[in-house]
Amino acid sequence: MSKITYREALNQAMCEEMRRDDRVFLMGEEVAEYNGAYKVSQGMLEKFGPKRVIDTPITELGFAGLGVGASMAGLRPVIEFMTWNFAILALDQIVNAAAKMKYMSGGQYSCPMVFRGAGGSAARVGAQHSQSLENWLANVPGLKVVMPSNPADAKGLLKASIRDNDTVVFIENEINYGDVGEVPDEEYIIPLGVADVKRVGSDVTIVAHSRMTGFALEAARVLAQQGIEAEVIDPRTIRPLDENTILRSVAKTNCAVVVEEGWRFAGIGAEISARIMERGFDDLDSPVIRVTGKDVPMPYAANLEALALPSVADIVEAARVACGKA
Amino acid sequence: MSAKQKSEAGITHDGHFFSEESLHEMHDQMLFIRRFEEKAGQLYGLKKIGGFCHLCNGQEAVCVGLQHAAEATDYMMTSYRDHGHILARGSDPTAVMAELLGKAGGIVKGKGGSMHMFDIDKNFAGGNGIVGEQVPIGLGFGFSSWYKEDGRVTICIMGDGGINQGAVYESFNMAALWKLPIVFLVENNQYAMGTSLDRASAETQLFKRGISFKIPGMKIDGMDVLEFEKKMSEAMEHARSGKGPILVEAMTYRYRGHSMSDPATYRTRAEVDEWRSGRDPIARLQVQMIEAGLATEEHFKQKDKDIKKEVAAIGKAAEAQPEPDAAELWTDIYSDPIEHAYPYPGSENS
Repeated sequence: MSKITYREALNQAMCEEMRRDDRVFLMGEEVAEYNGAYKVSQGMLEKFGPKRVIDTPITELGFAGLGVGASMAGLRPVIEFMTWNFAILALDQIVNAAAKMKYMSGGQYSCPMVFRGAGGSAARVGAQHSQSLENWLANVPGLKVVMPSNPADAKGLLKASIRDNDTVVFIENEINYGDVGEVPDEEYIIPLGVADVKRVGSDVTIVAHSRMTGFALEAARVLAQQGIEAEVIDPRTIRPLDENTILRSVAKTNCAVVVEEGWRFAGIGAEISARIMERGFDDLDSPVIRVTGKDVPMPYAANLEALALPSVADIVEAARVACGKA
Repeated sequence: MSAKQKSEAGITHDGHFFSEESLHEMHDQMLFIRRFEEKAGQLYGLKKIGGFCHLCNGQEAVCVGLQHAAEATDYMMTSYRDHGHILARGSDPTAVMAELLGKAGGIVKGKGGSMHMFDIDKNFAGGNGIVGEQVPIGLGFGFSSWYKEDGRVTICIMGDGGINQGAVYESFNMAALWKLPIVFLVENNQYAMGTSLDRASAETQLFKRGISFKIPGMKIDGMDVLEFEKKMSEAMEHARSGKGPILVEAMTYRYRGHSMSDPATYRTRAEVDEWRSGRDPIARLQVQMIEAGLATEEHFKQKDKDIKKEVAAIGKAAEAQPEPDAAELWTDIYSDPIEHAYPYPGSENS
C-alpha cells in the first residue's frame, strides 16, 4: 500500500491505461501544457506526447462531440471537463449522442469513452461553479455514472471506466482532490456497479456518495459515541446502482438515511429511497430520511454556503430520527 | 485523361471524363432515390410510416455525386434527411424501407426510423436528429483518422440550417487547428424548415463561413451531378492530401416540404417549378446522355418503369416483415445486460 492523493490516484489510473492501450487518449482544456487545471494530468504530456494528451480550445460541446465520434471510430477517448458545470454546454453530445448511439444504430455503433472532471460543490465560487448534476446524468439510459469518494476507489473505478465498453460519466470531487488515502501497489480494478460497505453497523443504514461518504463516516463516529452503530454504504456507481447491497443493509438495520450534496427535488436520494420502499418495504420500521443540499443556487457568503450544504450534524440528527433514538 | 479513356464512350465535363457505365450508374441511382422517396411519401400518407419523415427529392445529385467522389472506406454522417445518402452509399434499400416502416429487418432493427439510419459496414454514421449534432461527431471521426493515420476522409454533411449552430464553428476551429481530413459539406437547399436563407443568415454565401478558421470554401452546383462529382473529388483530394479541412457548399433544392407535415407555404409554386422543370438533376443528366448518344428517351422511360417496379417490390417486402420482437426494447442500451433489475410493475423483472 502507498499513501497518495485522490488526484494522483486518478493520474496513475490514466497513465496505466494509456500504457496498456494505445487507443486511449486524454483531451480537454489545460490538460497538457498546463498539467491540468486541478493537476490531475500532471506530467502526462511529457510521458505520452502531444498526440495523446491534447489541449483544446474552450469549446466543451465541440470536444465532447469529438470524443463521441472518435469512440465510434474505434478509439477510447478520455474527455476531461475542467468541471462538470461546463459540461452543461456539452449535454447534447452526452445525452443525445453518446448515450443513445448504440440504441439508435440498432447496436452497430457504441461510444466506449469516459467523460470526466470535477463535480459537486466547490468552496466559495458561487452558483455556477458549485453544484451536483449526477441526477441529471444518471437519469439517462445508456450512461453509466461513477463517483469515487477516496483515492483507492478513484483509481480502480477510473481504470474500469476506461476499459468499459459504454459511455461512462466519471464525476470527481473538487474538494477531495488533495485527500490522501492508501492505494494498493499492485494493479487492481474496481468493477462498476458494486457498492462498498465503508463501515459496518447494525442500527441504521446511511447511504452516501462522493464527498458525502466522508461526512457520513464522520457522522457514524459521532453516533457511535452516542451508542448508535451506523452502517455506511457508498454506492460508488450511481448508475448502475447496486441496490442489493443497500437492501441487505436495510434488512439488517430496518431504517435508512440517504445523503447527497445535490438538490433534493428529483435527486439521487429520491431514487434510492424509492427503491428501498419498492423492494424493502417490509424491512422498514420508519420512513427513509433524505439529507440533501438545500433547493437554492449556491450562495457565495461563507455562512450562507455552509447553510446550503448538508452537514455532519444533519446526518447525525437524521440517523437518530430514523432509528427512533432522537 | 488517358488516351484509353478518350477512345471510350462517355462524357467529358470540364476536363473530367465520365464513362458510359458510370453515367448510367449515377442516373439510375438518382432515379432510384427519387422513386424511393416518392414511395416513402406514399406510405407516410397511408400512415404506415410514422413520426418525422424528411424527403430529399431534388437533392439526388449531391447524394450520388459525393459517393462517386468518395472511397468506401471514407466516413460519412449527415442530419435527419438521410434516406438518399444511405441509399447512395449502397446500403440495402429493403432494410432502409423496413426501417421507415418500423420493422424487424430495418437497418437499425426498427429502433431509429427515418432520422436515424446507420450502416457501420458502409462507414455511414447516421442519421442524426439534432440539427448540427453530427458536425462535432464528424470532427471526432476525422480526429481518429489523424490519430491512426489511416488515410480516410470524413464527409460531414449539414444543411443551410445546421451551419448556424455554434457546434459547427467549434468544430471548424479544431478541424483547422489540427488539420484534420474532413470535408464539411453544406447542402444549401435554401430553407431551414420554413425559414429562407436570407432570413436566417447574415452571410448567405455559406462557403465563406470557414474563412475566419482559414478553411477554404467551394461553391458547387448541386443540381448537376457531373459538376458536383468533379468538384467534390477535388475537395476530397484536398482533405486526403493532408491540407486540412475544406468547406463545400452545394447549391440544391428540395421539392417537398421540410417534412411530411409541411405544406411549404413559405415559398411560391413558381419558385418550386423553376427548380423542378429547369434544373432537375435527373432530367439534366438524361438530356446530356441522349445528346452524347449514350442512351435514348425510350431507354430512360423503360428504366423508370423498371425502377418503379423494383421500389414497389421493396415496399411490399418491407411491409410484409414482422415488427421487432418485444425483447428488442431492452437490447442495445449497454454492452452488458446489467441495468434491467428495476421492478417495473407487471414485468418479468419485478
